[in-house]
Amino acid sequence: MTQPFANCPNCGAKIVFRWSSSVQTVCEYCKSILVRTDVDLKKVGQVADLPPDSSPIQVNTEGMYRNKSFVVVGRILYEYDQGGWNEWHVMMNDGKSAWLSDAQNEYAISFSANAQNLPAASRVQVGQQFTWSNERYTVSVITPAHYRGVEGELPFQYWDKTDVTFVDLRTESGKFATLDYSDPEPVLYLGEFVEFDDLKLKNLRSFEGW
Amino acid sequence: MSAGTPPLSTPSKPQAKGLNCPKCGAAITLRTFGQAETVVCGSCHSILDAKDPNLAILQQFDAATRISKPLIPLGTRGKLRGTDYEVIGFQRRHSKIEGITYYWHEYLLFNPYKGFRYLSEYNGHWNDISVCKQLPVVEFAAANYLGEVYKHFQSSDANTDFVLGEFPWQVRVGEHAVVTDFVHPPRVLSSEKMDKEVTWSIGEYMYGREIWEIFKLPGAPPEAIGVYENQPSPVTTNVRDIWIAFAAFVFLLLLLMAGFDMLAKKDPVFDQTYTFNRALAKGEQSFVTDVFELTGRTSDVEIKTSAPVDNHWIYVNYALINQDTEHAWDLGREVSYYHGYDSDGHWSEGKQSDTVVISSVPSGHYFLRIEPEVDPLVPVISYTVEIRRDVPVFGIYGLAFLALLVPALIISWRAYVFERSRWSESDHPPMDFSNLSGNSEDA
Repeated sequence: MTQPFANCPNCGAKIVFRWSSSVQTVCEYCKSILVRTDVDLKKVGQVADLPPDSSPIQVNTEGMYRNKSFVVVGRILYEYDQGGWNEWHVMMNDGKSAWLSDAQNEYAISFSANAQNLPAASRVQVGQQFTWSNERYTVSVITPAHYRGVEGELPFQYWDKTDVTFVDLRTESGKFATLDYSDPEPVLYLGEFVEFDDLKLKNLRSFEGW
Repeated sequence: MSAGTPPLSTPSKPQAKGLNCPKCGAAITLRTFGQAETVVCGSCHSILDAKDPNLAILQQFDAATRISKPLIPLGTRGKLRGTDYEVIGFQRRHSKIEGITYYWHEYLLFNPYKGFRYLSEYNGHWNDISVCKQLPVVEFAAANYLGEVYKHFQSSDANTDFVLGEFPWQVRVGEHAVVTDFVHPPRVLSSEKMDKEVTWSIGEYMYGREIWEIFKLPGAPPEAIGVYENQPSPVTTNVRDIWIAFAAFVFLLLLLMAGFDMLAKKDPVFDQTYTFNRALAKGEQSFVTDVFELTGRTSDVEIKTSAPVDNHWIYVNYALINQDTEHAWDLGREVSYYHGYDSDGHWSEGKQSDTVVISSVPSGHYFLRIEPEVDPLVPVISYTVEIRRDVPVFGIYGLAFLALLVPALIISWRAYVFERSRWSESDHPPMDFSNLSGNSEDA
């Protein structure tokens, strides 16, 4: 795969897209949020310094999921009243985009799914059940969160959000779903919880004393 | 990291953070690299906002009256299920059941890659607990988790009354949750309901000595008191399996009995009827029989004495004598039969025949010396002496049966007593023998 590249319109640094379908990236040097247009990169904002966080994952972390290798290319950091969590944007070796979420070291991999007639946020309650792909999902928690920052490449423009609602659903078999109400139209992600060891992660951060 | 990648926006090597308590100035260490929401000062027990650089005081609780020392000191590390964990938080909780307050302790463990895990301790019983990734299904008094049935044990109100260290959630003294436990020893499935949120966790029983080994703690762990809800039964085998095995052995015994019965020759070698007549009896009544032959390998000899006694007795002294070696086997047998009616109705005792087996008699020529003694009430009586060679003996099977039955009974009893004391602490105390089980698959 040839990696498309350009220069940061803000500071001139080289911007490399590891994933050809990336729509947005953050300049690693000047933290400008850059959006790809047909012709060039446009600066749309600036990332404030991300708060120190404790995810062992970082951009460039590599791993395996269902016998396919992946690499972490970006992330969105969210906060809610009980802490924060990371949605790491990963690129699978078959070109698919997926999300590796790390919520207090509880890991899940999910993929964006096509589903019709998703419920409005106001109509979802804890305990409610939905069936997608022949699996029965139960709403376990509704989290009002706010967008805290971005890093690296993302498959969509994501930089001007404030408050967003997430609905997490679980199944009896360890499957996992998220209804993302960031946009007017809800988006469904389907996936599953994964064990840290099963991901065979490399290029992790190291922690002092561990 | 691949070559040429610029430094990331976050420090590449997070470190434990050292701060000071805004209330008393004592040193406070934050061990979870920013995951803590609250941290409790180990010195003045102020609950502080770990997200606030100034550690704003969130709550102060009266620790003096309820101070509780963790058995595993905060900061201790140990390898649990292959992963190093550090003890970062401690809380004591209690619940009141029928006027009695029960206290237990929870230790929060942390590994920067694997996350959080808990240890709970109650009266010397430990559990290794983690949050469920799969959703349990509750049906009536049971919960189904990963294809296994957990029986409802207890629902209670859990109140936090002492905290120490750091927590990745907002912790307060005085907060309470409804905790429901379902058990499938050695595991316990718990739901904790706080406001609207329900958290499920799965615990596995651990012994104090295992905890002491993992965290290399000095001394000995406190002794476990009583039977805990998910403590594995010392009866490791399923009681039902034991009885199935017992039935199989009994069946085998019966087969063996039938086999040996078929193989035994049961040769009739002697059969004579004699008459005792008191009128004719003078002096010693002993006499000898004709000679008969016992053949084959050395085996047993059965002597059967029959007499039509009716509310009296006869007693016969025998000597089985080998004509060639003059070796003798002496024995005395009584035949008596009594019966009648009393306030309890009909009764009877004894019967009109007696059988005795002499074991290990070699082949050869033998005769009997017989000396009858007869109830003085009886003037005349005839009696029959029959001898059979090589008869099956069933007494050994009775012993074998007992040898199998006794351990099965003991194991069942121990399992029953253990389960009974387990369930006596539950919301469903046993009233009968319905919980007789070595494990819970009988649900």
